[in-house]
Amino acid sequence: MTQIFGEPITRREDARLTTGRGRFLDDLGRHALAAAFVRSPHAHARVREIDVTAPLDVEGLIGIYTYDDLDGPLAEPLPLLIPHPTLTAGRTAYPLANGIVRHVGEPIAMVVATDRYVAEDVAGLIEVTYEPLPPVVGLTASRDGDLLVHDDLPDNVAAHLMQQTGDVDAELAAAPNTVTFTQTIERSASMPLEGRGVYARWDAQDDSLRVYSSTQTSTSVRAAIAAKLELSPGKVEVIAPDVGGGFGVKIVHPWPEELLIPWAARLLDREVKWVEDRREHFISSAHERGQIQDITAGYDDEGRLLALDVRIWHDHGAYTPYGIIVPIITSTQLLGPYKPRAYRCAIDSMYTNTVIVTPYRGAGRPQGCFAMERTMDRIADALGLDRAVVRERNLIQPDEFPYDQGLTFQDGRPLIYDSGDYPESLRMIRELVGWDDFETVRSQAAAEGRTVGIGMACYVEGTGVGPYEGGHVQVENSGRVLVSTGLTSQGQGHETVFAQIVAQELGVPLDDVVVTTGDTRRFGYAVGTFASRAAVMSGNAVALAARNVRAKALRIAADALECSVDDLDIIDGVVQVKGDPSAAMALSTVAVLSNPLRYAFDNAARAATQFAPRADPLRAPVDEDDEPGLENRDYYSPIRSTFASGMHSAVVEIDRDTCETKILRYAVVHDCGNLINPMIVEGQIHGGVAQGVGGALYEVMHYDEHGQLLNASFMDFLMPYATEIPHIETAHLQTPSPLNPLGIKGAGEAGVIPGSACLASAIEDALGVRISAMPVSPSDLFELLATDPERTRRGSR
Amino acid sequence: MSEQHRSVTLTVNGRTHQFDVPVRRLLSDAIRHDVGLTGTHVGCEHGVCGACTVLMDGRPVRSCLLFAVSADGAAITTVEGLAAADGTRHPVQQAFTECHALQCGFCTPGFLTTIAAALEDNSHPSEEQAEEIISGNLCRCTGYQNIKAAVLRAAELKRAAG
Repeated sequence: MTQIFGEPITRREDARLTTGRGRFLDDLGRHALAAAFVRSPHAHARVREIDVTAPLDVEGLIGIYTYDDLDGPLAEPLPLLIPHPTLTAGRTAYPLANGIVRHVGEPIAMVVATDRYVAEDVAGLIEVTYEPLPPVVGLTASRDGDLLVHDDLPDNVAAHLMQQTGDVDAELAAAPNTVTFTQTIERSASMPLEGRGVYARWDAQDDSLRVYSSTQTSTSVRAAIAAKLELSPGKVEVIAPDVGGGFGVKIVHPWPEELLIPWAARLLDREVKWVEDRREHFISSAHERGQIQDITAGYDDEGRLLALDVRIWHDHGAYTPYGIIVPIITSTQLLGPYKPRAYRCAIDSMYTNTVIVTPYRGAGRPQGCFAMERTMDRIADALGLDRAVVRERNLIQPDEFPYDQGLTFQDGRPLIYDSGDYPESLRMIRELVGWDDFETVRSQAAAEGRTVGIGMACYVEGTGVGPYEGGHVQVENSGRVLVSTGLTSQGQGHETVFAQIVAQELGVPLDDVVVTTGDTRRFGYAVGTFASRAAVMSGNAVALAARNVRAKALRIAADALECSVDDLDIIDGVVQVKGDPSAAMALSTVAVLSNPLRYAFDNAARAATQFAPRADPLRAPVDEDDEPGLENRDYYSPIRSTFASGMHSAVVEIDRDTCETKILRYAVVHDCGNLINPMIVEGQIHGGVAQGVGGALYEVMHYDEHGQLLNASFMDFLMPYATEIPHIETAHLQTPSPLNPLGIKGAGEAGVIPGSACLASAIEDALGVRISAMPVSPSDLFELLATDPERTRRGSR
Repeated sequence: MSEQHRSVTLTVNGRTHQFDVPVRRLLSDAIRHDVGLTGTHVGCEHGVCGACTVLMDGRPVRSCLLFAVSADGAAITTVEGLAAADGTRHPVQQAFTECHALQCGFCTPGFLTTIAAALEDNSHPSEEQAEEIISGNLCRCTGYQNIKAAVLRAAELKRAAG
């Protein structure tokens, strides 16, 4: 049997996507009506009046809808998706503003017209009278509490979250050394090249709805639409077509548009489509990252971390539709590969009059990693120790797994690391980047008048969170193998990797396997694509289903070939007797035999009809515990998450005149257990690192004091081009997960997590200035070089 | 109110289309909606991301920054027109698969058209030139490393094909 699992097989998605034959949201519904939205230009205001008279004679206008047009569950606030006991003051928006707007971009009216140009004309002519209210912009203003985002919440706090293990106060009091510092990390955003979009078709004869959405969860969008539009879920189909990137933002649901577009399609009995434009994406989708962190660490003279006390203020924007998952993840994943004796993390999740904050690749981990890794650097600095050595002294050891951190993770389950080898990772990254020889590199550079530095950051990432995913595998009479799973794809190559898994498990050629994801018509039970969970969850589910199909195929073939199941193997789609290839039966024939027939619709089917030679008159055609068809559906539901890990190291050069940071080397050691397709894993790492570099050096959401997002375009929000991203050197360690049949761990988010921590460490090392706010721009560095009070103490290099 | 329309003639991937469009219709929208070729994607509508790049008389242009009427009479090549008449994929399309230079595939058409045009001018790009060729296009998935590799591989395939 050819090895398929674990091979760098090129993607089956590519033939379509490289020739313009992809089907992205806006490629569908060419003749649908188009929607556009009137969105608030104010960060905080009462909506006094909406005057729609001016555009009423615009040719092509179909309808204008405001909050007053909504009824039933649609007129209620949007769902709070992930309740949590500490989220005592959660608030969500209405699909269209109900009297008050709390961020620039909040939708107020929906226009439906014959095309998007006309819809935008109409939106521009609608006159809204606002009574502006003072906005709360930034965490400091929110924390001050002088102004309120929701006037019934006197402190702007939605949740006060606490995670702790051990006695932090006692350990801190007893620690030989302590360090206390504050740092901040700014907002960025997922920013997929394709924004959100929804296209809905109502079938009035059938009372049913089909919705296409550029989403990371089609099953849950279906549930939300059914609930809000008061439809039976069986009458709603939701399909995620080709999705042009997600990175987290498309896991939020239902977005107002995901309800309003289907609602309008039903109301009008017409196809309706809305496609987000880039400015809309900036001001009405979601951002992430913004936190202030106060950190106190106690450590011994060897650099061992004894106690870590972290106080965080987390900016979640105007509403909390996705709960407090991001700060929960920060507070738990902050610990990384280390084992302080005592740890406490207290987080206030704060309202501001800005766009909502929901997971963006990394989902709170980059902030946690920034806190922990910068603590390690501070300890090393204070003790005059090598930063790698301090990390080494704090690592969880290979013989300590499973390692219980004593906290509760984002899935509500104990934070127990399943496997890993952190000392080996550290050895590998030191070797890969040449950590131990860097002083030579530094001296050579200095001799040439160049300023270079090296940094390092380590992380552990809980991946593959539950509750479950399912997979369906069916062998057709043609021998073609259909695989489906409910979770969605946004570029991760699921059509390829799930096919690899099934081909390997079943023993069929890869080309015979066809994978469908994110289509409720094919698989109705699913959670979604987030938290680096797709490969772990659906990968194991389709593997289990394939194993069941294989067992059934062997049983049917053993019956037909009159031999024992143990004598059979499936090779290249043919069931054969081991050692006797002449006694064989194609899997397609087995599929035919699996379905006892009355009617022979083609020649193959004749073999399964009731007068066929092999029909046994003494047995029921379908046994009591059996069912027709060579297919199976199975589910994978893990007891808890599996923990991937990795370490990054970067070498930077800072131009002393321009203060520009150039990344000379970027090295990654990555452990996601067994690799299904190393080429795709590498691609995930590359993309993650690029987003990490963007977040560390370039990307920031610039809000002014009025709550206006000043850089809401690709002209002004600096996403890296090819010229900003270094060559990424990678090495893989594979510590299989003991928790799932395939021994795999998630890989989707890892690349981004240590970016800010690693580059801050490298820049600090190069310049000797303290880096405590990310991203760090050339102007920031210029200011720091001019003013950093600590620089003299540590000496400049 | 009614909009002013004009007739435009576009030769897209060798096939001539004549149709009436509102004068403000963007070339990107005309290609996608009027001609019905949806391989050209719109990522920002302000000319920065490059996803909508098509070749106009052989030169890469951002179709979101042009009106359809201003392209009247032009020969346009979109991503659908890169492959040979017999369906054989263009070397750059092949190279993108080989090098895993795409993930979600949304920005990909703009990269493919840009690179295809560049390889007509420079059949043997260096690594630096490969980076320069793609330096005006945004990709959020790949980190560009494999796209750079694909430029070099595409050049190699194209040279081998003669």
